[in-house]
Amino acid sequence: MVNVHVYITLKEGVLDPQGKAVQHSLTALGYEGVEEVKVGKWIKLEVAEGSDLDARIESMCEQLLANPVIENYTYQVEREAQV
Amino acid sequence: MKAAVIVFPGSNCDRDMAHALQDFTDVKTVDLIPHTAESVDRYDAIFLPGGFSYGDYLRSGAIARFAPVMESVVSEAKKGKTVVGICNGFQILLEAGLLPGAMKRNTNLKYICRTVNVKVENSGTRFTSDYEEGEVLRIPIAHGDGNYECDEQTYETLKMNHRIVFSYESDVNGSTGRIAGITNEAGNVLGMMPHPERAMETLLGSEDGRGLFTSVYHHWRDTHVVTT
Amino acid sequence: MSLQLEPTAEEIQSQRLYTDMGVKDHEYKRIVQLIGRKPNYTEIGLFSVLWSEHCSYKHSKPLLKQFPSSGTHILQGPGEGAGVVDIGDDQAVVFKVESHNHPSAVEPYQGAATGVGGILRDVFSMGARPIALLNSLRFGPLATPHVRYLFEEVVAGISGYGNCVGVPTIGGEVQFDETYAGNPLVNAMCVGLIEQKHLQKGIAAGVGNTVMYVGAPTGRDGIHGATFASEELNESSAEKRPSVQVGDPFTEKRVLEACLELVKSDALVGIQDMGAAGLTSSAAEMASKEGSGIDMNLDVVPQREKGMTPYEMMLSESQERMLLVVQKGREKEMEAICQKWDIESAVIGTVKEDQQLTLEFQGQVVADVPVTALTDEAPVYDVPSEEPFSYQEHQQLPTWRPKRKDHNATLLELLERPTIASKEWVYDQYDHMVQTNTLVMPGSDSAVLRIRGTKKALAMTMDGNSRYIALDPYIGGKIAVAEAARNIVCSGAEPLALTDCLNYGSPEQPNIYWQLEQSTAGMSQACNTFETPVVSGNVSLYNETNGEAIHPTPIVGMVGLVKDLEHVTTQHFKQAGDYIYVIGEAESAWGGSELQLLEDGEISGKVPHMDLDLEEKRQQQVLGAIRDGLIQSAHDISEGGLAVAVAECVMDTEFGAAMTMENNAAELFSETQSRYVISVAPEHAQELEQAIPDARRYGTVTEEKALSIKTREEQTLILQPTDTLTHVWKGAIPCLVRSKV
Repeated sequence: MVNVHVYITLKEGVLDPQGKAVQHSLTALGYEGVEEVKVGKWIKLEVAEGSDLDARIESMCEQLLANPVIENYTYQVEREAQV
Repeated sequence: MKAAVIVFPGSNCDRDMAHALQDFTDVKTVDLIPHTAESVDRYDAIFLPGGFSYGDYLRSGAIARFAPVMESVVSEAKKGKTVVGICNGFQILLEAGLLPGAMKRNTNLKYICRTVNVKVENSGTRFTSDYEEGEVLRIPIAHGDGNYECDEQTYETLKMNHRIVFSYESDVNGSTGRIAGITNEAGNVLGMMPHPERAMETLLGSEDGRGLFTSVYHHWRDTHVVTT
Repeated sequence: MSLQLEPTAEEIQSQRLYTDMGVKDHEYKRIVQLIGRKPNYTEIGLFSVLWSEHCSYKHSKPLLKQFPSSGTHILQGPGEGAGVVDIGDDQAVVFKVESHNHPSAVEPYQGAATGVGGILRDVFSMGARPIALLNSLRFGPLATPHVRYLFEEVVAGISGYGNCVGVPTIGGEVQFDETYAGNPLVNAMCVGLIEQKHLQKGIAAGVGNTVMYVGAPTGRDGIHGATFASEELNESSAEKRPSVQVGDPFTEKRVLEACLELVKSDALVGIQDMGAAGLTSSAAEMASKEGSGIDMNLDVVPQREKGMTPYEMMLSESQERMLLVVQKGREKEMEAICQKWDIESAVIGTVKEDQQLTLEFQGQVVADVPVTALTDEAPVYDVPSEEPFSYQEHQQLPTWRPKRKDHNATLLELLERPTIASKEWVYDQYDHMVQTNTLVMPGSDSAVLRIRGTKKALAMTMDGNSRYIALDPYIGGKIAVAEAARNIVCSGAEPLALTDCLNYGSPEQPNIYWQLEQSTAGMSQACNTFETPVVSGNVSLYNETNGEAIHPTPIVGMVGLVKDLEHVTTQHFKQAGDYIYVIGEAESAWGGSELQLLEDGEISGKVPHMDLDLEEKRQQQVLGAIRDGLIQSAHDISEGGLAVAVAECVMDTEFGAAMTMENNAAELFSETQSRYVISVAPEHAQELEQAIPDARRYGTVTEEKALSIKTREEQTLILQPTDTLTHVWKGAIPCLVRSKV
């Protein structure tokens, strides 16, 4: 088994009201120079290793985890050796 | 006419929708159909109610679109049968790809429950024929994710083909073009965020929602009942 | 293995480990006596939660007993999940209020959300379908980022949970006062409707019957929540965060639907929510009520986490769980219903005769204690009570008088006070329409729901002005009940019964116990006068921050019956030309008033007088006149007095009002009790004046959208466009929430 970390964010150009709100709050708290804030989702999967791993993950992302109309996804595979 | 109201785990406007159809239209049969049903092909119109299907935990409607019953809903929609998705039902239709676009959080990041002014942009559809074009309806909204988003090209197409059926009179949630409801290209699938099933009786504040259900019924009657 | 890490019975005693769980030395000694040996870790855990104030009412029991709790229409008083009141046609209304103050102070979103979840389960475990949620919230002034954060998150938590479950949140109230700055109050009330034949009880009856677990699996959340709820808050409370439970409304919705199907089966013997103190309290209370015992095998309890100990499983406050007793041999029928709703279920025990709660785990008996020791033998404390000096000081003060002369400005400032200002910002976030029965939405005196298929409707409200109670708990207690009843009457309903949530500081302080004693005595008297028994309730003590107690805050949740939909009345004016009447005369009643707080920044002196017989008489008159069709709108005069009340009647309407009165601050702003402002169609004026002799005509509803109040000599006291009033009143809270200072 390997751990897969999937990150889902709104596509570039799609207004992110949550990110805007967080950015506004940070500025209000006195943290200057925060240029941009994006809020997204992190999904951790524990999946079986295999040569088709990438294909499987991409398909999961496209079919369910992300909505390609407004969202992008990236992922990282965390293998034992890298821990 | 036989109507199906689909009940997903977490649907909570299913009974309200059934009441609207039963008590205020001449629809003969209204059945609550569980998400596990294999087929809805014996129904003339299929209604996807509001609520929080599967808790809306990943994205609103994202998990519900894979419910077993949805395969049949999609194929009936493609055959031209009347399909109406309200609120969470609209979100499910978007996720299922029966309608274009997607929903984001409301711009104020809060759930909004309030009666708003909704304008009938196109009264030439099977969902709005009992309304006047340009008529302004008082209909409640109740959603957290009703901020309709689509790309410019989709928006232009929707506009050009008069597929924007309902719009908000003022900006309530950030929706592109103040869109409140749209149809598919063929005109047999409607998705809308406002809740017409909550606007059926003046006793409860408004009866402006009735026209939607009667329009659907009249469309069916006009196409199915032979007049002598 | 993890069992071995637990302290032994000897270590618990020698190192006084029980004190960490909130058990006092003498309580520990009593436990040893009761079970005839030193309790082990699991056992002392069971006692610690069941003997906490939250579960045992050890400091408040004698006071709660004075509340009237029965009546011909009362089907179930306190003692079950919720109270039950007959409303005719074989239907009953089921309701209860519960506090979630401490969890909300440390994690406001989840604290409030799980408060809603718990009160829903109390109602549907009785077999009733929840039809409405209300809540009563108290915060400090919205002047600090922390209070704003608490306010926003509590509202979001209530919204997130209630909306998802599909039960409308139709009313309640929010007040802001310095006294709650460190200790917010979150009281949630649920109202359910049931056909009487489906009424359930939480009993473990029938030796040999099966004990079943239904709902979400058990995790380590909320361990010691019940004891936590009974402790004062201090700086280390934030560290207690892991003890706060997380709610899952999606599971709740499925558990709700499953339970409402389970209760229709005659195989179900008893059912109870696993609320505070989880599996421990539900098992012990169900056995105690029936005089039976329960054997449980903890190995088969559905678990969310690995390696949980018996102690953890018994004390967990994981949400969305129910305990059932089912006829032996019919478990499969129950399992099938759970499967349909995709809810876990497990057979975890048996009802037995010997009145012991016996827990087995990995082949060993890990706890074996008498049920009665856990429940009935919980200590009851006779607490000393002492009148505080401040009470007499306030009584001796000369009558307070407002200094302000500019009534126009005062009205606007009062409308901007967060306690008075529109709570639209709050209830806009609650789905108050789902189930399509809401006749009167949040914002009027009471919310009203129709009962589908009948001519009847239910009115409901929550109320409690702690400022009066802080100055004079006895009169304040009477006012709390009277005002709730007045709200119900204004909506055209007859008050039926109430549920109460008593939020106080530490009862171990004689001055605070005195508040508790006095205010409950006042409430009881009012309940007797109005014949509105207390059918359920909750006590939340130790509401203190760093030794400073909150104002005593009993919250009254009242339900009334509208006999005919025709009687449903709201506060808003309906028609230009209608006459405006004021019922009851204004006195110089300023102690604890909103105007006093506005001017002085603090409250002082004597609170408004409360004559219960007069109050009762006027309620009957107003209700009678509503039923006779004489009244177009009715509104109770409360915080901010007549001027604020009339403003509330015109705001959100197409009308204004023209009124004439004396140039007298008391007329405009006094909070004299038992008063109403009503509007009446001219053709009914004469009849109305006969029906309510205390009604005086003050003016007319106008087409011109402005509130105009003048003296007989045409001197303008108040002149404001309706739109300005609405703008100020609605804008106040959003403006405070948005401010980032």
